[in-house]
Amino acid sequence: MLTHLLPEFKIIRDDERCIRCEVCVRQCGFDVHSYDAEEDMLYADENKCVGCQRCAVMCPTNALTIKPHDYEYRPNANWSKEHIRDLNKQAETGGVILTGSGNDKPYRIYWDHLVLNASQVTNPSIDPLREPMELRTYLGRKPDKVEFDNNQVKVDMPAQVMIETPIIFSALSYGAISYQAWKALLEAADEGGTLCNTGEGGWPHELRPGKTRVIAQCASGRFGVDLDYLNSASIVEIKIGQGAKPGIGGHLPGEKVSADVSRTRMIPEGTDAISPAPQHDIYSIEDLSMLIYALKEATHYEKPISVKISAVHNAPAIASGMVRAGADIIALDGLRGGTGAAPKIIRDNVGIPIELALAAVDQRLRNEGIRNQASILVAGGFRNSGDITKAIALGADAVYVGTAALVAMGCTLCQKCYTGICNWGICTQDPYLSKRLNPEIAKRRLVNLIRGWSLEIKEMLGGMGINALESLRGNRLHLRAIGLDQWELDVLGVRGAGD
Amino acid sequence: MRRVIAKEEVCIGCRLCEIWCQVQHSDTKDIIKAFKKEDKQAVPRVHVEEEGARSFGLQCRNCEEPYCVYSCISGAMYYDEETGTVQHDPEKCVGCWTCIMACHRGAILRDERGERVAAKCDMCTELEVPACVAHCPNEALILVEDDQEEETE
Repeated sequence: MLTHLLPEFKIIRDDERCIRCEVCVRQCGFDVHSYDAEEDMLYADENKCVGCQRCAVMCPTNALTIKPHDYEYRPNANWSKEHIRDLNKQAETGGVILTGSGNDKPYRIYWDHLVLNASQVTNPSIDPLREPMELRTYLGRKPDKVEFDNNQVKVDMPAQVMIETPIIFSALSYGAISYQAWKALLEAADEGGTLCNTGEGGWPHELRPGKTRVIAQCASGRFGVDLDYLNSASIVEIKIGQGAKPGIGGHLPGEKVSADVSRTRMIPEGTDAISPAPQHDIYSIEDLSMLIYALKEATHYEKPISVKISAVHNAPAIASGMVRAGADIIALDGLRGGTGAAPKIIRDNVGIPIELALAAVDQRLRNEGIRNQASILVAGGFRNSGDITKAIALGADAVYVGTAALVAMGCTLCQKCYTGICNWGICTQDPYLSKRLNPEIAKRRLVNLIRGWSLEIKEMLGGMGINALESLRGNRLHLRAIGLDQWELDVLGVRGAGD
Repeated sequence: MRRVIAKEEVCIGCRLCEIWCQVQHSDTKDIIKAFKKEDKQAVPRVHVEEEGARSFGLQCRNCEEPYCVYSCISGAMYYDEETGTVQHDPEKCVGCWTCIMACHRGAILRDERGERVAAKCDMCTELEVPACVAHCPNEALILVEDDQEEETE
């Protein structure tokens, strides 16, 4: 059948530089490049190209340029190229369009409309290279009041987990990402003094000894969840929703359920791993409370229990219910959160931006006098340390980074995670492709990222005249907004610049 | 003693080691000229062995018992005390291929561009890091110098 789809990317090969080494042929998992020995020429099938840039990066002579294809339909403000393309795809297949990664639509990114403060004259700024600067954060329920007995704090402190920097690796499940990528995240979290989240795909047994800087997720599929799993971690997280696909479950295709994945997830090899849309034992706050306390019992009240939801319209009220149900940590995943696979229409249209959800939830919990009862983790498209610092000022305790961690490992956001083919070896179970991610190199890059961002956060704190992250937390007076409407300022609880 | 160790578990079979080895042993040492301009292309002395998803770069392992040296009939293959590597002098080589038969790793190749001579890895002793190691994109070839050898093995 004739396809009406035009190629998305144009492949330009500089023949004067091409040495016919065929590295591009070997590196493309989508079989775009081919070598014709008779003609001694390399050809490219542009229809298959996803624009991941693997061939361009690997080409030893920089002979390749991959760029968005310049074909154009008649210009139309309503019908973009993407709309026509998606519609054609569906007319040809009758299916739901799947995608990977996070929402790429031009919704307002509030981080880009918020600016931070700095000290001038009336209060001194601090140089973090010369003076101590504290990023250490404790996650977990804090007591309602502090009592003293002979100058000693007398209080039953609920379980706390210390992280050296407020940057945590998001839930990326083994199965969705390769063993190599998962291992790199685990080891980088350990070395970087932070935490990584297992995602819902379990935790390979051989990677448990000696590693505790882990948030073990308990999602609707309950894959790989048993007592040892829960007790090996520092925090247990109940996953209700994911920012990229609020209200939608998960579906790991059987092809990705290899022998190792099957053992870790505790499901038969080659079967689809289906996570139901809701947790079927949680239809109310009271049900949620039952699971929270079941997990607390299972972990002897030694570990904070987190509950993760996608940021949706009623997030503040739901968060309040979650805290009252016993959650020690609230995780919010915003509109731009990533995924290994989700219906594109959901990813691009459901949920609210994390900035607004964070401000609203923090304010609601403060108004109700229960903000101390839970830490707030936020996720969903954090791109740099500036975004993170602003999130802390808006009220977050720490930030989950998923996409940023993937990019540090090599991801170029080609959004083809759902195909099971990843030329960078990250989102695949194909042994030929997953070998491309050397866990040692990936770990090094992740640790570098955490270190670099932490240094930058310290610089920003120092500029504000603050020497501990704790002093910035929820301190919205250090933020000013530019170019926002009054309703947005009200939700964010931030004043306009110059005010 | 210089050794290159191949890590099979992270070798991705891209063959960039072969390409850069060829450049290093070309006349011009320029990648584009080496492949497009030189009439007699150099023979890469590293070869990627591949079967399915398994692969690794194979080059001379500089054996402590160098059978190639023992078997060489012309004295072209010799053990260089200074660098601790097995080296080959193409001026002396007569192209009898005895070394190829003697090498149990299959690391010696034929260079038949002009005179028939053997071609083997010279460990790029003039470079700080051998070309194949420097250009391996996934650190699947590791350079081990004398003092580190024991802990790595």
